[in-house]
Amino acid sequence: MSVATESAATTHDAHHGEPTGLWSWITTVDHKRIGIMYFLTSIFFLLVGGLEALLIRIQLFKPENDFISAELYNQLFTMHGTTMIFLVAMPMAVAFFNYVVPLQIGARDVAFPRLNALSYWIYLFGGLYLNASWFVGQAPNTSWVGYANLTSTQFSPGLNVDFWVLGLSILGVSSIMGGVNFITTIINLRAPGMKLMRMPLFTWMTFVTSFLLITALPVIAVALIMLAFDRFFSANFFNVAAGADPVLWQHLFWIFGHPEVYILVLPAFGVISDVIPAFSRKPLFGYPVVVYAGVLIGFIGWGVWSHHMFTSGMGPIADSFFVATTMIIAIPTGVKIFNWMATMWGGAIRFTTAMNFAVGLVALFTVGGLSGVMHASAPVDLQQHDSYFVVAHFHYVIVGGILLGMFSGLYYWFPKVTGRYLSEKAGAWHFWTTMIGFNLTFFPMHFSGMFGMPRRTWTYQSELGVQLYNQMSTVGGFILGISTLIMLYNVLKSAKSGAPAGSNAWGAPSLEWSIPSPPHHYNFPALPEVRSREPMWHDDERAAIEAVTLAHPAKEPEMPGPSFWPIVVASGVTATWALVMTGVWWVPLIGLAYTTFGVFMWAFEDPFKHLESSH
Amino acid sequence: MAEAAAVAHDDHHYTSTGLNSWKLGFWTLIGSECLFFGTLISTYMVYKGQSIVGPFSGDVFDIPLTTISTFVLLMSSLAMVLALDGVQRGNRKLSMAWLGVVIVLGATFLGFQVYEFNHFYHVGLGLDTNLLGSSFYVLTGFHGAHVFFGVVWLTTLFVMSARGKLPPSKALNVEIAGLYWHFVDVVWIVIFVLVYLIQ
Repeated sequence: MSVATESAATTHDAHHGEPTGLWSWITTVDHKRIGIMYFLTSIFFLLVGGLEALLIRIQLFKPENDFISAELYNQLFTMHGTTMIFLVAMPMAVAFFNYVVPLQIGARDVAFPRLNALSYWIYLFGGLYLNASWFVGQAPNTSWVGYANLTSTQFSPGLNVDFWVLGLSILGVSSIMGGVNFITTIINLRAPGMKLMRMPLFTWMTFVTSFLLITALPVIAVALIMLAFDRFFSANFFNVAAGADPVLWQHLFWIFGHPEVYILVLPAFGVISDVIPAFSRKPLFGYPVVVYAGVLIGFIGWGVWSHHMFTSGMGPIADSFFVATTMIIAIPTGVKIFNWMATMWGGAIRFTTAMNFAVGLVALFTVGGLSGVMHASAPVDLQQHDSYFVVAHFHYVIVGGILLGMFSGLYYWFPKVTGRYLSEKAGAWHFWTTMIGFNLTFFPMHFSGMFGMPRRTWTYQSELGVQLYNQMSTVGGFILGISTLIMLYNVLKSAKSGAPAGSNAWGAPSLEWSIPSPPHHYNFPALPEVRSREPMWHDDERAAIEAVTLAHPAKEPEMPGPSFWPIVVASGVTATWALVMTGVWWVPLIGLAYTTFGVFMWAFEDPFKHLESSH
Repeated sequence: MAEAAAVAHDDHHYTSTGLNSWKLGFWTLIGSECLFFGTLISTYMVYKGQSIVGPFSGDVFDIPLTTISTFVLLMSSLAMVLALDGVQRGNRKLSMAWLGVVIVLGATFLGFQVYEFNHFYHVGLGLDTNLLGSSFYVLTGFHGAHVFFGVVWLTTLFVMSARGKLPPSKALNVEIAGLYWHFVDVVWIVIFVLVYLIQ
């Protein structure tokens, strides 16, 4: 983190007003710093989740392997899924929301900068709490979907599920606050002239994602609360003996879980919808259609959840309905893919690493989308359910779609964040090892799945004939691991000694490229006026904007000062939830009292107090 | 609360819609809360009449009593409107009086709920007794927790008002608390109808 600040200090003398040092980072409420912190934390958890995946792959290298125990295997695949979804994919997108959205719409910060800091700290503490389960040897072990009634105390008596249910509900709080913050920011803090239909696609997809966050997360929150009450206070929500229906869990989980897929993938779509036009030197083909397709995906995403439940016996009417809705959602997604291709068509394409990853996304996500259409059909799904075919499908969607999109965004916006380019040479290595490693890992899973290898199973028999596919997957997994290390090396090295980048590193069209790299802590000295969708591509408009954005203000805009109360509140929220583990109803109240104290101190702290002391 | 102004500190509180960010953010949060209570209420409805052992809802619910507590809560919404009016006019006595009434009515509602929970428990309906116990206590308990949070919040505003720190320029603070309070009331109307009245 200090690396970025140092280079900032040397590149731009105007940054003298910005404090440096560890404490200033910990107490920061600046959306750009919080974005960087989100990114670094999600990379840390990516390494944790990746390590878990590699252990799984070693175990599956040969039939009847005894490298790890069945119990540990359960913990590994549960934590791998939970980590990658909640601690990597979501927060990594949030890292980009944080850094990029205010810059793209011409805002000085998000609407609630201090709430933003709170979101980050709750995410960090929630993630650490979840992973603390490893240190007591009782990591969650019922898979990331936590189906009832496997999670009941009868079948899961240990602390494993407790960590899972409480950890996830802590993380949900962070996500809902983030959603509220970004919706408000995008509606309310756009620069003059930045109409909704002039916003860059990344901001648009952040907007849609934020709506999905505030609507989907409460549903899983209630499901988790119900599970927690069952486990800690002997409630009956999923107790079959009391007449409860365990399928209720599946409905609530997937009513959240399917929109969650779009929470994950829409930001990636947003990234490449900005990257592809920038490196094709052409405006996005059919901009309004891409926007509406994104909104439509957000809506239809709510009506398809039960395609995860074809095998739970809902009956032919319900199955048919969800087959239809699921197939319909492929249409707006297909529309987007054709729009990206039409944008490239006839463009002056530059295959930078960011562009490579964007194009890679289009290719791999299409594979995942096609296998998705295959098991959107209920009869086909009955065959493929819980096999490695499904594992192949969602990794093509989630790694091939989301992670590649995030990497594309990393190479694209890194010059804005640090004022330096990432190495294109290391980037090429990163890209090709990712592509080779990824396809080698997950493509063979289509076959091992078709041959009958079940997912979430500790080992397999040699008679199944899937050993070769598994060995390919394992080798691919390690190549994917190496690619991540190359990326890490590139980031660390280029942050220090990468080639310097100007304010508009790529000649890209949107507003974030109109300010110095790295940006001042106040982003814009004065708010520029926007007149088109590609303000930096119209010479007169660009000149007018840069006259404002690159100018030295007579008086620097005043920004809210640092605060450590968000950390107090975040630790309080985490502690309150964690204390529920005691199962004694009044013990969490201690944490609640501490949280309440923090909230009051925070609410009555004047964010501009620091300005009085410095004047 | 000065935060919304932060981003546009020297741009004359510029927002692209002209709406205040705190109010907009709060409406968004209320939207999110709708899904929260919606899920709890749906669960109650799914499990309605599914309990294998008693007591059942007909055995424990006292509709006249709950009607009174519902009336108390609805009246508190009226008082909330008058309190906001008082703050906006800069009438400290009026605002304190009506804020006080909201707090007392909110606390009275909570008192009814404590009595109700206690009574139900003593006629044999615990959280762990049956599906009714689980879904009823968790749904109304979370609503009660929201009311409690609202009472604490309003008490803070009352103290601020008493210390002369709630001038008309800070009426937005009361307006947002009011939005919250009305939302919690509306949720109770839904709960009262679906849980108590339709059996």
